[in-house]
Amino acid sequence: MTSIAKPKIVHAGLRRNGLGLTIRDYEGGMSTLCAGCGHDSITAAIVQAFFELDVPPHRVAKMSGIGCSSKTPAYFLGASHGFNAVHGRMPSIATGACAANRELYLIGVSGDGDSLSIGLGQFAHAVRRNLDMLYVIENNGVYGLTKGQFSASADVGSKAKRGEENRQPPIDPVQMAMALGGTFVARGFSGDKEQLVPLIKAGLQHRGFALLDVLSPCVTFNDHEDSTKSYAYTRAYRRAVVHADFIPSRQPITAEYAEGEVLSVELHDGSRVLLRKVSKDYNPNNRGAAIDYIRARHRAGEIVTGLLYMAEGDPDLHGVNKTVATPLNELPFDMLCPGRDALAALQSRFR
Amino acid sequence: MPQEDRVNDFVIKLANVNGTGSASANSLLMKAIFRMGVPVSGKNFFPSNIQGLPTWYEIRVSEAGHLARSGRVDVMVAMNAQTYVQDLHDVSPGGTLIYDSTWPRDKLLSRPDIQILGVPLARMCNERFKSARTRILMKNMAYVGALVALLDLDRSVVEQLVQETFAKKASAVGANLEAIELGYRYARETFDCPLPTRVEPRNATAGKIMIDGNTATALGCVYAGATVGAWYPITPSTSVMDAFKSFCERFRTDPQTGERRYCVIQAEDELAAIGIVLGATWNGARAFTPTSGPGLSLMSEFLGFAYFAELPAVVVDVQRVGPSTGMPTRTQQADILSAAYASHGDTKHVLLFPAHPRECFELAVAAFDLADRLQTPVILLSDLDLGMNDWMCDELEWDPAYRPDRGKVLDAAELEAAQAFHRYLDVDGDGIPYRTLPGVHPKGAYFVRGSGHNRYGTYTEDAREYQEVVDRLRRKWGTAAELVPQPVIRTHPKTDGWGIVAAGSSDPAVLEAVDRLADKGIYVDYCRIRAFPFGRQVERFLETHERVFVVEQNRDAQLKALLTLETDCPKERLEAVLHYGGLPVDAGLVVEAVERAREQGVAA
Ligand SMILES: Cc1ncc(C[n+]2csc(CCOP(=O)(O)OP(=O)(O)O)c2C)c(N)n1
Ligand code: SF4
Repeated sequence: MTSIAKPKIVHAGLRRNGLGLTIRDYEGGMSTLCAGCGHDSITAAIVQAFFELDVPPHRVAKMSGIGCSSKTPAYFLGASHGFNAVHGRMPSIATGACAANRELYLIGVSGDGDSLSIGLGQFAHAVRRNLDMLYVIENNGVYGLTKGQFSASADVGSKAKRGEENRQPPIDPVQMAMALGGTFVARGFSGDKEQLVPLIKAGLQHRGFALLDVLSPCVTFNDHEDSTKSYAYTRAYRRAVVHADFIPSRQPITAEYAEGEVLSVELHDGSRVLLRKVSKDYNPNNRGAAIDYIRARHRAGEIVTGLLYMAEGDPDLHGVNKTVATPLNELPFDMLCPGRDALAALQSRFR
Repeated sequence: MPQEDRVNDFVIKLANVNGTGSASANSLLMKAIFRMGVPVSGKNFFPSNIQGLPTWYEIRVSEAGHLARSGRVDVMVAMNAQTYVQDLHDVSPGGTLIYDSTWPRDKLLSRPDIQILGVPLARMCNERFKSARTRILMKNMAYVGALVALLDLDRSVVEQLVQETFAKKASAVGANLEAIELGYRYARETFDCPLPTRVEPRNATAGKIMIDGNTATALGCVYAGATVGAWYPITPSTSVMDAFKSFCERFRTDPQTGERRYCVIQAEDELAAIGIVLGATWNGARAFTPTSGPGLSLMSEFLGFAYFAELPAVVVDVQRVGPSTGMPTRTQQADILSAAYASHGDTKHVLLFPAHPRECFELAVAAFDLADRLQTPVILLSDLDLGMNDWMCDELEWDPAYRPDRGKVLDAAELEAAQAFHRYLDVDGDGIPYRTLPGVHPKGAYFVRGSGHNRYGTYTEDAREYQEVVDRLRRKWGTAAELVPQPVIRTHPKTDGWGIVAAGSSDPAVLEAVDRLADKGIYVDYCRIRAFPFGRQVERFLETHERVFVVEQNRDAQLKALLTLETDCPKERLEAVLHYGGLPVDAGLVVEAVERAREQGVAA
């Protein structure tokens, strides 16, 4: 994974967050992706979200698989631990990381190729386990790194750069995550940072698996007229149904939205997500209805965005496992090893 | 035919139908002999099926302590009509066959050179017990009763075992004791008891236990402090995780709150299982995954990753018969090469070869220490015979002073004091770099990656920088050769300059063969390999023996191939002695191979 070292220039006037850090402290190496690649905008949104959440960078573990998208963890949070896994298998790394240390912020970045083909199994099981992490899919409908083949998220009828038409139905990670019992399912667009930043923040604070599918046009292989994942298409056919405002625990809620249009969900750390319905006929609390709506809009060629479904309180991996509160990697050896006497006693069974 | 006197030296084979509940009767029988102070070993030959197919259990009684298969059958209990002809054929001349005489056998299906005893097991149990299931189960206990009389087993020991076995089902105790009594009484009243083939109490099992390798391995994982276990079920490794979970339930679960100091994850497949292990070890937990050949194949990609990115991982490969799905319930040692070189590129892995359950326990602990110390995967190569059969071995011991060797991990204070941290520098000259854990200190951050990186951990495609890293990995391999368990070498004072090399569960067969050869005036030395890289002592054994027999349980002489590739020993010096039909190896194979070579005059 390539990146170019970025000169770190901190202007005296730069805003500092609650930890006294500037946004520079949340940046990584310089991107080597194509100029204009949607992935870079997502990187910027991630940087801003972590900065605004006052998360100490070294408490973050960032993971990815293989692909252009999977390179991006090198471009944000330079001071956090990274794991660039093999193709499609980031979710299992995240599962192990989460099992060993439940106190870290886990963020995984993947591509539609990485997550929906080679990694479909691991992706599905991460959702199913309600792993406590934010999982970002940078969805461009193509394999960028291997130069332009269709990915499993390419729409029927969309064309590759050289004219070949896709005939297979797409796999929509959003519908999949909903069907699999995902507890936080959102979709954004790399070109809309205003929508993206609160979604990232809410996803990070959600206890459980937060899927954020971000349409992220590939300017090199899939930003032409016949693509349904281009900038132009996404701008034209995007329909934000729910706008999410993220309110940190320390901030009072001064929202003035009309009753019935705003749903306030409290997260485990006391922060809140305000779901403001943009489309009146959308219900982010009803899994079945939400899937139906997303499907219907997809058939009409539209892309539904926002925080599409959210449920708090379902047990995550540790809840199901009943793991102790102390991270497993911090338990002293004495609490793990039963000792000599126990071994002697146990062996009476073997005589 | 006159019966040979075979006190404390014979084999009982029990032919049953899978799913009829014979396992507890058979293991009770074996344990009774063990408790009478006479060494025993039990081998279960079962089909890859839940119900209906033939299954055999073989108990070797050996005062001399030989634990391999002997190749004989002195007492056959033929409970399976389907295999009766084969079972009859398998009895050694002068032996005894016991069958259920409720349905009389055709006279033709008999043999003049053995003694055939009929016990009306089904009839007795049908008369005595009501429910169909109990009748089937109790038939097994009734033949145990008959054997108590015929083999002169200590009844009080057997009864005590029944009490213990069914401690949680008090109602079962009575029925089982009654069934035993039925068989016992019938045998006493009908036959000349005991047989010349019988058990006499001794004191040769003090300080020993009977345990299967998978349970011992699981205990090793618990004692080593493993907190994360991930797996995808596969025979014959499944019971490693079953046992790990039950020990953790017992030792690592808060009785008040139910909170667990461990996390076991049933993965969606083996690709994920090893990924979970790596994610956990990256974060400083001790983690492991048990699997078998097909699972190891799937894990290869991540094993290569872990080798190059230098992450600890413990994989327990309980080998079964390959290729492909092979024979899932038969044993082999055929994953040696695929484990040693799992994954593409210049990759190699540390292997450990336990030979008995006690070593499963000890080497499992060692595996975690080595994985942490060397920052690399360590594969414990067990097998079905070792893993799933009950073996007699020395009691497990634990040194309370033991502390895990977590290797070179920098903590917050060390990072605070450090100028800077660079992941892949060879600071100490042993090829092992320092690592850091996520979340500990801002200075510790770095990228774990399977792509080309230089000694600072940054991405590179520069030839020199890349080579520097892989050359250091070779240096680390040299360090590994010094750290891994050394071989167990037995030299004979009258050695002929010939040697045997073996690993893992072939050990008892080789030990017995060495003794039997010595009885015939052939003196061979024996080197039991316990690890790969092989290390200096193995090299020296090969250098100092003009002819070396490599005994192993696969078709392609994989251990021999590895010795040829990874030592300077000339290929001609090594001779493969192979056993690969899926049943555990016996001493006869080794004795014959050495004798044949001797007759051919190949000796110097
Ligand atoms: C096992 C394996 N197979 C194939 C590849 C080659 N490969 C690298 S990236 C990639 C596709 C990436 O597509 P996507 O995840 O959509 O990311 P993008 O580059 O579009 O951001 C493939 C097939 C690989 N690295 N490993
Ligand atoms: S090829 Fe496409 S996805 Fe990859 S960096 Fe370029 S624009 Fe982005």
